[in-house]
Amino acid sequence: MSSAAVRALRVGERALLVELAGCEETEAFHAELLRRRAAGALPAVREIVPAARTVLLDGVADPDRLAAELARWTVGPLPARVGGAIEIPVRYDGPDLVEVAALWGVSVEAAVRIHTETEFRVAFCGFAPGFGYLTGLDERYAVPRRATPRTAVPAGSVALAGPYTGVYPRSSPGGWQLIGTTDVVLWDTGREPAALLAPGARVRFTVAGSTTGTRCAAEGSTTRGGR
Amino acid sequence: MSDRALAVVRAGALTTVQDLGRTGYAHLGVPRSGALDPAAVRLVNRLVGNPEAAAVLETTVAGCALRPRCAVTVAVGGAPCPVRVDGSPAAWGTAVRVPAGSLLEIGAAVRGLRAYVAFGGGIDVEPVLGSRSTDLLSGLGPPPLVDEAVLPLGPDAGAAVRTPVDAPPWPGPPGELVLRVRLGPRHDWFTAAALRTLATRAYRVSPASNRIGLRLEGPALERALPGELASEGMVLGAVQVPPDGRPVVFLADHPTTGGYPVVGVVREADLGAAAQAVPGTPVRFVPVR
Repeated sequence: MSSAAVRALRVGERALLVELAGCEETEAFHAELLRRRAAGALPAVREIVPAARTVLLDGVADPDRLAAELARWTVGPLPARVGGAIEIPVRYDGPDLVEVAALWGVSVEAAVRIHTETEFRVAFCGFAPGFGYLTGLDERYAVPRRATPRTAVPAGSVALAGPYTGVYPRSSPGGWQLIGTTDVVLWDTGREPAALLAPGARVRFTVAGSTTGTRCAAEGSTTRGGR
Repeated sequence: MSDRALAVVRAGALTTVQDLGRTGYAHLGVPRSGALDPAAVRLVNRLVGNPEAAAVLETTVAGCALRPRCAVTVAVGGAPCPVRVDGSPAAWGTAVRVPAGSLLEIGAAVRGLRAYVAFGGGIDVEPVLGSRSTDLLSGLGPPPLVDEAVLPLGPDAGAAVRTPVDAPPWPGPPGELVLRVRLGPRHDWFTAAALRTLATRAYRVSPASNRIGLRLEGPALERALPGELASEGMVLGAVQVPPDGRPVVFLADHPTTGGYPVVGVVREADLGAAAQAVPGTPVRFVPVR
């Protein structure tokens, strides 16, 4: 990957927004930043916030100098996979699962298979503490947000929007398409680390217990009004 | 009575525990939070002899009333407001000794919005991710005060400043809020006319403003580029422009990422005044390099 892809924009007095060509370049650049920080080869930065196609460096003493330095970087490839992916068991019982399968043009069983056979990566976090934007689904499986957001999406809801999968760490309003539920705790400030999913982590969703996605989906659609 | 704690008699409109905020967790979606007027927090903490980052109370408009269970040194700053101890007037902006069991009343703000109340030893609630601040966006930290709640106090070092000769004069809440703004990173998403509008036209503070953002009423900023921006990291002071074109200046509880373009970023030094600007205050943006 060439350093020519790096473009750093000034953000106020103390920050830089580094723009990259795409999702993979962003992940690689973020990984490079963390490598250099760990090696003590990065000036002090208060926050490093990756996003879809950018990385924000906030709390930088001399942003212009750092921008000049970044332009000379050669960014290494994404780090090799270390260890296994985080597994998240899901009951595929979301009220929007049937609609998502229809948008994908496949059966509900096939939709569940596609979701569980994909290896995801936490591209970035936001929206709420511990909420990760997970990439990995093929772009043809991108889905729109719901036209009318729900006023309360239950904690543990596994949901899709655009190219992303996410899991709601706590109950909140939300416009994502709900395909399932997990009992895994995404965010717990009494735990170290508090967030289960940090940028760069790899994730796999599995079918929880022995229930099948189809039966749960049917149950989900009958209880929709109760949530 | 040697119990180092405060009983809340009247919580007020919105009173929260605040320090200088949480840093280092924005990549997990954790807002920085912290006091909206950090200069006022540093000052009241120095007056009572606390470290500058000790946790204090941040009131909103209406003040609050407390009954310390122990004798404690108190200083009130930020928005000017009447201070009473057992019904008698007490000084604002200087250290005051409050006896155990007496009633400490922080009155409604006379000017400005947010008063800061420091106690010797600081508010000693359990820190969450390195801060005691209440974050109203994501619900981290202690909940806003409610009547009859009890807040623990830390040990007092006994270093209160009786004569704060080195205290900078507080500028007071602005009649007109002037916000110096550095354009970017997404000013190229707006028309040249919109950037002229931002630099020359008057805005007003909207009553919908809160700890997340200073919302502004005034001319809409027209976009040059249609479509959606991919979500990107947000900073304190970012002037985000949602689809209605009315700018929002991000304050301490702002989300860490967002998908609306940021036309510019307000200087951090100007945000304390923004936190004290009452709804209806005229606002002017001054572009700076």
